[in-house]
Amino acid sequence: MEKIPILKVDNCLLVSIQIDMADQVALDLQDELSRRIVETGARGVLIDISCLDVVDSFIGRVLGEIAATARLLDAVTVVVGMQAAVAITLVELGMRLEGVLTALNVEMGMALLQKHLAAVPGLVRKAQDHDRPQDD
Amino acid sequence: MTGRKTIELRQESDLVLLRKTCREILIQLGFRLVAQTKLVTAASELGRNVLTHGGGGQAHFDVLERSGRRGLKMEFVDQGPGIADIRQAMTDGYTTAGGLGFGLGAAQRLANEFIIQSTPGQGTRVTIIGWTL
Repeated sequence: MEKIPILKVDNCLLVSIQIDMADQVALDLQDELSRRIVETGARGVLIDISCLDVVDSFIGRVLGEIAATARLLDAVTVVVGMQAAVAITLVELGMRLEGVLTALNVEMGMALLQKHLAAVPGLVRKAQDHDRPQDD
Repeated sequence: MTGRKTIELRQESDLVLLRKTCREILIQLGFRLVAQTKLVTAASELGRNVLTHGGGGQAHFDVLERSGRRGLKMEFVDQGPGIADIRQAMTDGYTTAGGLGFGLGAAQRLANEFIIQSTPGQGTRVTIIGWTL
């Protein structure tokens, strides 16, 4: 079964969905992303869906859950590249994708992520080298 | 496309083929992009219903012609337990399978015509039609 690659760039994880995902592929992506956030200490997740020409309620829900999980792990999620026809359809579906930041394209999404991360005080999370946190 | 086309819905990965086939027929019939996307999305919702609630079934595609407009009729048929209360099942947010409960109501909004028939114990047939402008 296909697997969606996850790339790490600085303190962010990048995902570009290039295929029509079967449900299980989407669920695997959700698991893998959460795992990689913990493993890398990433603060931002950027998901490019410009190649997705259908987002039904299942995929919409998975995107929402990815963002919610990332938020609990102290990472911000931006979904970028949504096709106009997909956006129109999602509105009609009644999917609001609440809590998911969106941007027009990858470039603007990266800028939005960096802006969000810069606004967080005490941002720089130390690279996780699996040492135990020390008591002060 | 001539004649009826049928896609068997047995497992979750069949939805990918369903969406692809639906898109191809809509393009062939000259549907505009937004209409294509709405109808493929509706098909995806209804196909998933067939799998999760009906235990599998079929999607049938038929091309229609009415006073110069072309249409695509899609029928989603399962032999599952059926729906006892259709009105309740149509309500957004109502779900028995842990989904978002958007499936039926969404499909109705996304298509031009929508018909649902269900007999408890015998199965469900949902028909949607999209027309070109």
